[in-house]
Amino acid sequence: MKTSIIDPHWMDTLTAPFMVNAILAGLFIAIAAGAMGYFTIARHSTFAAHALAHIGLPGATGAVLLGLPVSAGLGLFALGGALVIGALGKRASQREIATGTVLAFATGLGLFFARMSSSASQQMQSILFGSILTITRGQVIGFLIFDLILLAVLAVIYRPLLFSSLDEQVAQARGVPIGIMNLTFMAIMAGVITIAVPAVGTLLIFALVITPAATANIIVASPLKAMLVSGLICLVSIWGGLVLSAMFPAPPSFIIVTLSTLFWAMGKGWEAIRG
Amino acid sequence: MSENTKQEDICIIFDHASVERSGRLIWSDGTFSIPKGTVTAIVGTNGTGKTTMMQTELGLLPLSKGRLEVLGRPAGQANDHIGYVPQSYTSDIDSNLTAEQSVLLGLTGTRFGIHPVSRSDRERTRQAMRFVGVEDRAHVRLSQLSGGLRQRVAIAQALVCDPELLMLDEPLANLDLASQRATVHLLARLNRQLGMTIQVVAHDLNMLLPILTGAVYLLDGHPHYARMDDVLDSDLLTHLYGTRVEVVTTPQGDMFVAPDMDEPAGMAHDRFKASEVVNLHPRHPAADRTPEDASTGKRD
Repeated sequence: MKTSIIDPHWMDTLTAPFMVNAILAGLFIAIAAGAMGYFTIARHSTFAAHALAHIGLPGATGAVLLGLPVSAGLGLFALGGALVIGALGKRASQREIATGTVLAFATGLGLFFARMSSSASQQMQSILFGSILTITRGQVIGFLIFDLILLAVLAVIYRPLLFSSLDEQVAQARGVPIGIMNLTFMAIMAGVITIAVPAVGTLLIFALVITPAATANIIVASPLKAMLVSGLICLVSIWGGLVLSAMFPAPPSFIIVTLSTLFWAMGKGWEAIRG
Repeated sequence: MSENTKQEDICIIFDHASVERSGRLIWSDGTFSIPKGTVTAIVGTNGTGKTTMMQTELGLLPLSKGRLEVLGRPAGQANDHIGYVPQSYTSDIDSNLTAEQSVLLGLTGTRFGIHPVSRSDRERTRQAMRFVGVEDRAHVRLSQLSGGLRQRVAIAQALVCDPELLMLDEPLANLDLASQRATVHLLARLNRQLGMTIQVVAHDLNMLLPILTGAVYLLDGHPHYARMDDVLDSDLLTHLYGTRVEVVTTPQGDMFVAPDMDEPAGMAHDRFKASEVVNLHPRHPAADRTPEDASTGKRD
């Protein structure tokens, strides 16, 4: 009998209950990441977004230590970090060093908490690199609620947020409350990070939230279209990751970031050829 | 009665105005008023508070003393009637917006809630782009436009809400000569055809001279306003820039300001071509200063 590299039971894997949760989670994560990735790039906040995931790490491992849900600790720390970064203002160049320092310290603190209990130690790997297959039905419902809130808030602040992303001074002169825009954006970003970490983990989040938006910016020239395309790329990456990881012996996180990176590389290549 | 009519012709009133930034006095005791329908330059060397002056006029920075009225309201309250183009606008653009979408934001960017873009919004956007001459670039991304065109898109974004006052911070900096000319020409049309009051922060007056009606000069830590025939005085400009400056009149009657002969510029007074226009701002002010100038210059 011939042995194949493809798992012969991959169809069964795809129809298992945990896979249904993962597929739904992928959809809700793609909606959130697609909508916010665009603004993260437009506001020069990609590094801050990356840092938020790391700032959430001690919250996640600390929560395990205290016997609380990982997402709760992660979300709380990311939100705290987001509000501090948001209060410092939009100009990323002025706060890169502060953000980077806090990022490193937070990662160290996360490791310290993880070493304090064996259960946190066990979960460290899935917090750092994600474990989309262990997402529960409860988490999926939480993601859905977050998406609804995100879309509602975004619908209300869409134009002023876009205006202040283009040029903060002009928007401020015209009466856009840029401080509130900044804090709102960062708070939503913390939420997006919190729901995306279970899929790919704190270390790989850049490839899921920022990279698809960068690819979309190459392809289309309009904010709304970019959000749609970015969400679609995100969705294809996650769902593709789920299917391929069922067929081949590779972790989903790896395939998700690989697909996302490939799309981006193709976009860059196309841009170079087009001139 | 006569006072009321006079009030209506005034665009900006400074009344013993002073401003501080993180405890440091930037300038103080400015008392002057700028009439409507004028084109005014704010001039002064680096760090004398030219941009700060615009920020106070927009109400973005409070005065530490005195009073400041713009378009008959306290500074910051009439901003819906002011178009503002900051320095190096969108120079580090990291978004995929097209020129048209960017101009449209000048109209819709302050609206919270769900508002579909109306037909009249689109028409006004088109009009503003037509006026500044970038209509044919409507669907080009901002990031793909040259500096000069991006500047005009920024002006269109400021124009789209029909301002009475247009404020531009260093609009000619980082532009090539042709774009500088085009920008000055555009400002002239805005002033003459639409009667718009225009204020420009500039450190090189030459390009703007044909359209300027007056200048606010920041001298010795105090802002002063003068009509153009008063401000174009060699001694005053020399004092202002801390380097010897002469006002030159060509046989055609055009005026230029130029560094004195002993400056290493190497050009004759009586035939300044636009391509030779000298940047008034000294690169190494300290090296060129006479002892007398140095004593005044150190105060700012």
